[in-house]
Formats: sequence, C-alpha cells, structure tokens
Amino acid sequence: MAVSGILLVLFLVAHMAGNLHVFEGRASMNEYAHGLRTFGEPLLPHESLLWVLRIGLIAAAAVHIWTAVVLTRRALAARPVRYASKKPAKGESRHAAATMRWGAAVVFLFIIWHLLDLTFRTVNPVKDVPDAYGAVVATFSPERWPVTVFYLLALLALFFHLRHGIWSAVQTIAGPNSKWRKRTQAIGLAVALIVVLGFAIVPLSVTFGLVK
Amino acid sequence: MKLSLRIWRQSDAQAQGKMVSYEIDEVSEDASFLEMLDVLNERLISEGEDPVAFDHDCREGICGACSLVIDGQPHGPQAATTTCQLHMRKFKDGDSIDIEPWRAGAFPVIKDLVVDRSAFDRIIQAGGYISAPTGTAPDAHAVPIPKQDADAAFSAAACIGCGACVAACPNGSGMLFMGAKVTHLGLMPQGQPERHTRVLGMVAAHDEAGFGGCTNTGECAAACPKEIGLDVIGKLNRDFRKAAIRAA
Ligand code: HEM
Ligand code: SF4
Ligand code: FES
Repeated sequence: MAVSGILLVLFLVAHMAGNLHVFEGRASMNEYAHGLRTFGEPLLPHESLLWVLRIGLIAAAAVHIWTAVVLTRRALAARPVRYASKKPAKGESRHAAATMRWGAAVVFLFIIWHLLDLTFRTVNPVKDVPDAYGAVVATFSPERWPVTVFYLLALLALFFHLRHGIWSAVQTIAGPNSKWRKRTQAIGLAVALIVVLGFAIVPLSVTFGLVK
Repeated sequence: MKLSLRIWRQSDAQAQGKMVSYEIDEVSEDASFLEMLDVLNERLISEGEDPVAFDHDCREGICGACSLVIDGQPHGPQAATTTCQLHMRKFKDGDSIDIEPWRAGAFPVIKDLVVDRSAFDRIIQAGGYISAPTGTAPDAHAVPIPKQDADAAFSAAACIGCGACVAACPNGSGMLFMGAKVTHLGLMPQGQPERHTRVLGMVAAHDEAGFGGCTNTGECAAACPKEIGLDVIGKLNRDFRKAAIRAA
C-alpha cells in the first residue's frame, strides 16, 4: 500500500509539472508530449520511455488497489457490528476514515474517464494524437463545463487522499518519532495542495479562456 | 440529576442483543460512571430483573478492566480518563447516554457490556515478555539507561491493556496496544534479547486473532486513557521492518 502509493505520488508530481507546459503554448506542450514518445530514439524503440512508465504505473496501481481491497476486507471482518451511537472522529487523521475509500473510488472512475479523454481520445473531440494541447483545450472548453467540474471534484477527492496517504505511507515505511510525524503530516498537506492546485489550474485556465 | 440511558443488553455470547432504555433519577454529580450503573443495578435486582453486566476491578484507572463505549466514545467524553474515573458531573441533568460494549470481531461480547479480551493475552504470550534471571533483584543503578529512553519506556508502559484503542479504530486494529508493548520493552536493555522475535510474534498473533490492519487514522491515540501516542506505532513499524528483513 505504502510503497505503491509513494510511486503513484511521484507520477502525479511529474505529471502535474508536465501539464504546466500548456502555459507555454501549443508548440511547447506538443513537443513535450512528442518528447515523451520519442525519448531515447533511435537507440530505443518508439514510446519506450512511455511504456516503461505505463507498465510501472499499471503495476503500482494494481498493487495499490489490491492491498486496499485486502485492508478493507480485513477491516470489515474486524468490526462486524457497528456502534449504535456515532461521534465525529477526533484522531490525528480524522478525515481519513471518511474520505480514503470513497475518494479512491472517485479517483478511479476519474482515471478511466481521463484515459478515454486524453490518452485514447475516445470521448475527446480532438483525435489527432500528437496534438495534446488541442485535446486539453477542447476537453475543458467552456461549453463542456461539466467535464471541468468533474475534474475539479476528482481533484478534491485526490486532495484528501494525498493529504492522509502521504504521511500514512511514511508512518508505515519509516515509522518517524513524534516530531518527525508532525513534520511528515505538514509535508503531506503541502504536497497534496501543490499537486492538486497544479492540476486544477490547467482546466480552470482553459475554461476561463486564459489558455486557448 | 435525571438521565435516560440506552444500554446494550445481550444475555449471552450467542444471543441477539439490542439497546434497551432505562430512566434513572437522583444521580449524584459526585458519583462515578460505574457507581451510577451500580445504582441502576441495585434497582434492577430489587425489581427482580437481570442486572447489567459490565467489567471493572480497580476503579482507580490502573487495571484496564472497565470498558464502556459511552455515546460512541470508548471510555466516554473525557480525554485521558478511564470509564471508572469518569464522573457524572461531566453530564447534564436530562442527558440521554448510550452505553455499548467494545466492538471488535476479536473481542466478542460475553454478556451485555462485557467482552472477551483474551486476544490481547495471546498477543502478550507471543512476545510481551523478557527473559530475566531469577534470584535477588539487581541494584536499580546496575544497568545504566539513558533518561530519555527510561522516560519514553515508562510512558509506553502506562498502557493498561484496556482495548479502547481497538474499540475506537474504524479498522478494529490493535496496533497501538502492540506498539506500546514493543516500545516499552524494546527501549530497555532487558528487552533486547527478544526484540526481533517479539515484534514478529506479536504481529502474527494479532493478525491471527482477527484484528484489522492499521490505516493511521489516529482514533486509537485519541481514545487511549493513558495517552499512548502514534509514535509507538512508528516504532512498531520500524522494529517490524528490521526484524522481517533479518528473518528473511
Ligand atoms: C486535471 C488536470 C489534468 C490534466 C490537464 C491532465 C492531462 C493529461 C494528458 C494531456 C494526458 C495524456 C498525455 C499523453 O499521452 O500525451 C494525461 C495522461 C494521464 N493522466 Fe492526466 N491530467 C490531469 C490530472 C490527472 C490526475 C489527477 C491523474 C491521476 C489521479 C492523472 C492520471 C493520468 C494517467 C494515469 C494518464 C495516462 C498516462 C499514459 O498515457 O501512460 N491525470 N493526462
Ligand atoms: S494503548 Fe491505550 S487504549 Fe490501547 S490498550 Fe493500552 S491503554 Fe488501552
Ligand atoms: S476499573 Fe480498573 S481501570 Fe477502570
């Protein structure tokens, strides 16, 4: 859970940073997308880097989901009877129990949509694969505002997921003392904010006409 | 003061339990929570009814026997306080109070509010001990221990094994309890010989007993009457990683 989660966070940071090429215009963004595909050529075959990343991602996501299912099933078995009386959570990660599992489901559905939208272009008006910039601008165009809203909602779920997930992974892998635990929680919050805001700024800029 | 109680009643381990309402009057503010239940039980006995079964022993916050979930919170609303040390002045006249047993698959209900916590004993048997020569006790200063370690071990040793951490955990995990034991014994020179087998054995016994996996929500530490912190879970994870690598 923890190791695969950290790998996914690294992907998100790289992906978020890569997306910011949108602000440098069509040429730069498409060159970046092209660069991802042609990296290492002609020494390496076409899309080598992309496929290494994709296989790594798929493996990390599979491990992440599998371990999540195992943990959830254990939890359900370990707490077969619910309390009649409920009190709001008051632990250090009080949002975790309420947001990690349904938030993961939202992010999962989002990723499926996202692949159909920007990778396979099934639901995207721009079918021309090298034109990543065009596809981004088309999908977040103002008249397709529900797409933007869905992206933003998924990002909110992702925010809560990362905010807990990052420090929780460090707690599991490294087991910090109290001082470092507090620091890890602060770092988790900061990374979650940076990643989510970095992602959100792209659809918002397109929808509000700053990028066209 | 006058209170409306809703209490989990279950005649034995197999029976289907339910919440039952009781009205109780003239409760003293100075009574402890358990004394309030004693008064209720005296009335139930005089009326020929079955008294409410609940666990208790020392009634001074040190044995870990008392175990009530009061209004959804293990050991009730007051932080760092066992049920037996909770007083009725924490409540208001006219309050309604829900009282339930610890809820965990590994802690089955025996009767009413009493649960079977022998799963914790099995965890202790699997590693919560040290090997020490018998005979005259050595001088207290014979083995020097850094003050920092002694203090941290002492704080962890405050765990009374009540199980509130499991009751509070949405995953029904016993990590805080195990972490307290691993920290307490692992910081002492006397605890070193079994340090690696301890953590592996305890975690195996924990999983075997049907406790859930930790997802670091922190509800355990918030409920713990002895203020055991999440740092002990960090220490448990660290020791486990080292011991697992060494065993592999
Ligand atoms: C909301 C802002 C986002 C934008 C504008 C965006 C944009 C893109 C684009 C243009 C691609 C296609 C790259 C290409 O093949 O040339 C892509 C792929 C991808 N994105 Fe995003 N993305 C966003 C957020 C996210 C988030 C939050 C996640 C994960 C939770 C994510 C996961 C992925 C994945 C898994 C791929 C497939 C990578 C591959 O093709 O191998 N994206 N994204
Ligand atoms: S860690 Fe705290 S809540 Fe858990 S058994 Fe020990 S004293 Fe009770
Ligand atoms: S009865 Fe001993 S701790 Fe409460």
